Amino acid sequence: MNNIEKDLLKIIADMDGAVNGAFNIRANGSLAERHVTENVDIRNKTDKDGIDIIIRPGTKGETIHIPVIISESGVNDLVYNDFIIGDDCDVTIMAGCGIHNCGDEESRHDGIHSFFVGKNARVKYIERHYGEGDGTGGKNMNPTTVVNIAEGGYMEMETSQIKGIDNTSRVTRATLDTDATLIIREKLMTHGTQRADTDFSVDMNGENSSANVVSRSVACDNSVQVYRSNINGNNKCHGHTECDAIIMGDAKVSAIPEINANHIDASLIHEAAIGKIAGEQLIKLMTLGLSEAEAEEEIVNGFLK
Amino acid sequence: MLELKNISFSAETEDGVKEILKDISMKIDDGFLAITGPNGGGKSTLAKVIAGIIKPTSGKILLDGEDITDLSITERAKRGVSFAFQQPVRFKGITVNDLIRLASGKEITMSEACDYLSQVGLCARDYINREVNASLSGGELKRIEIATVLARGTKVSLFDEPEAGIDLWSFGNLINVFEKMHETLGGSIIIISHQERILNIADNVAVLSAGELKSYGKREDILPELLGHTSAVCPVLTSSMKGAQ
Repeated sequence: MNNIEKDLLKIIADMDGAVNGAFNIRANGSLAERHVTENVDIRNKTDKDGIDIIIRPGTKGETIHIPVIISESGVNDLVYNDFIIGDDCDVTIMAGCGIHNCGDEESRHDGIHSFFVGKNARVKYIERHYGEGDGTGGKNMNPTTVVNIAEGGYMEMETSQIKGIDNTSRVTRATLDTDATLIIREKLMTHGTQRADTDFSVDMNGENSSANVVSRSVACDNSVQVYRSNINGNNKCHGHTECDAIIMGDAKVSAIPEINANHIDASLIHEAAIGKIAGEQLIKLMTLGLSEAEAEEEIVNGFLK
Repeated sequence: MLELKNISFSAETEDGVKEILKDISMKIDDGFLAITGPNGGGKSTLAKVIAGIIKPTSGKILLDGEDITDLSITERAKRGVSFAFQQPVRFKGITVNDLIRLASGKEITMSEACDYLSQVGLCARDYINREVNASLSGGELKRIEIATVLARGTKVSLFDEPEAGIDLWSFGNLINVFEKMHETLGGSIIIISHQERILNIADNVAVLSAGELKSYGKREDILPELLGHTSAVCPVLTSSMKGAQ
């Protein structure tokens, strides 16, 4: 593994040198390194490109790293990863994709991640997207996440994409059983002529299930962001979706939240706010001695923290 | 020393151009100045003119002899002007600790940040990592606002109605904060207030009404005159109040 690849791993997966626990590193479209543990097995799929990550029921406190890195120009990678998380687990999964593209051909990663969260299991899923390299080739990522949470299961999903990715289309589909909880926090920042599409759809099928989908984003320059969320309450449940965006320069942001109550005891809320940085926020920080540019930076950093 | 020379400010309103500040001149020495007067009299506008948020239509502002009239908010802040807003600003994501760190202009330790917060009567541990967002009450925000000015420790500290939204329990503490600032900080502390208890601890009092500086001088000269002449503010209101007694 070269230094570029090592740096990418550090950024997207906090992997620096030896890593405890199971991991699977995919580099430029094929397996680079894998480690399994007593509780976490990782197997190649036989019918298509990708892996099955099988976590034994009752596994607690383990962190599993599943990073993807692309350091060559012109790689077009499509992968299917299935996470089968046993009942009563409590685990953290760090996935992410880093692209370093110095060439003039498109580098692209499309990952389809499916989660089967067992009964009363807890999962924290962290996904980071990062692109670098000054080539003219596009750095594109299109993650699809499919989540199925069984009775009493809990999943927290944190996704972040801060600069660097030219084009992204994120699709998330979730189905929640009785007493299941899903929390999604998305952080996004786009620059230049980048485009980011986000599309969340959650079906709360089980009684007392709940979903909270929160997106915070900053769109700069001429970038475009489109946020869609669709929360369906099909039983007694609580759903909340919130899209908060700061718009700068000539960027464009659309927020299209949709909530559907299909049950008398479904309680659903959506909030969406888009606007430039409030003038009074800039003024306040300027009275503390910050320049306008410094104030803007503090506000944006805080917002995406 | 801060000096205002013939400061005027007019703004476009629905009824045409309105003069909000009319030819205000004052020399503000080190010490505690309370600016009072009826609502809409121009007090907040004057504070914003000093902080650089509003540019006066005419006139000059001198800080220690330097003309700062054309300096930006940032440049004035760097020269030692601090301003606590009447309505503190909320930020999504920026924490109380961030704000105090930015105010002090350097990395500060937890215990330093805590010190500023406890001075304004907030338990630091409960607040230091809170976001300065809508989850904080108006009174909490006001105290954090005051703490940021304490953390800056500059030669001119402006407070726009610091008592607004602060509960009675904390009011005594607030007075202590200003008294302590007065003793330790030096410089000019300028407080816009309607509260007699705040006026009572000022060295000097200025009365601003309808954009004009009606009176300005030592507290002991101004206050008796001011409190004896409330009827001058609104004869109808005071006579009806007398009738009610």
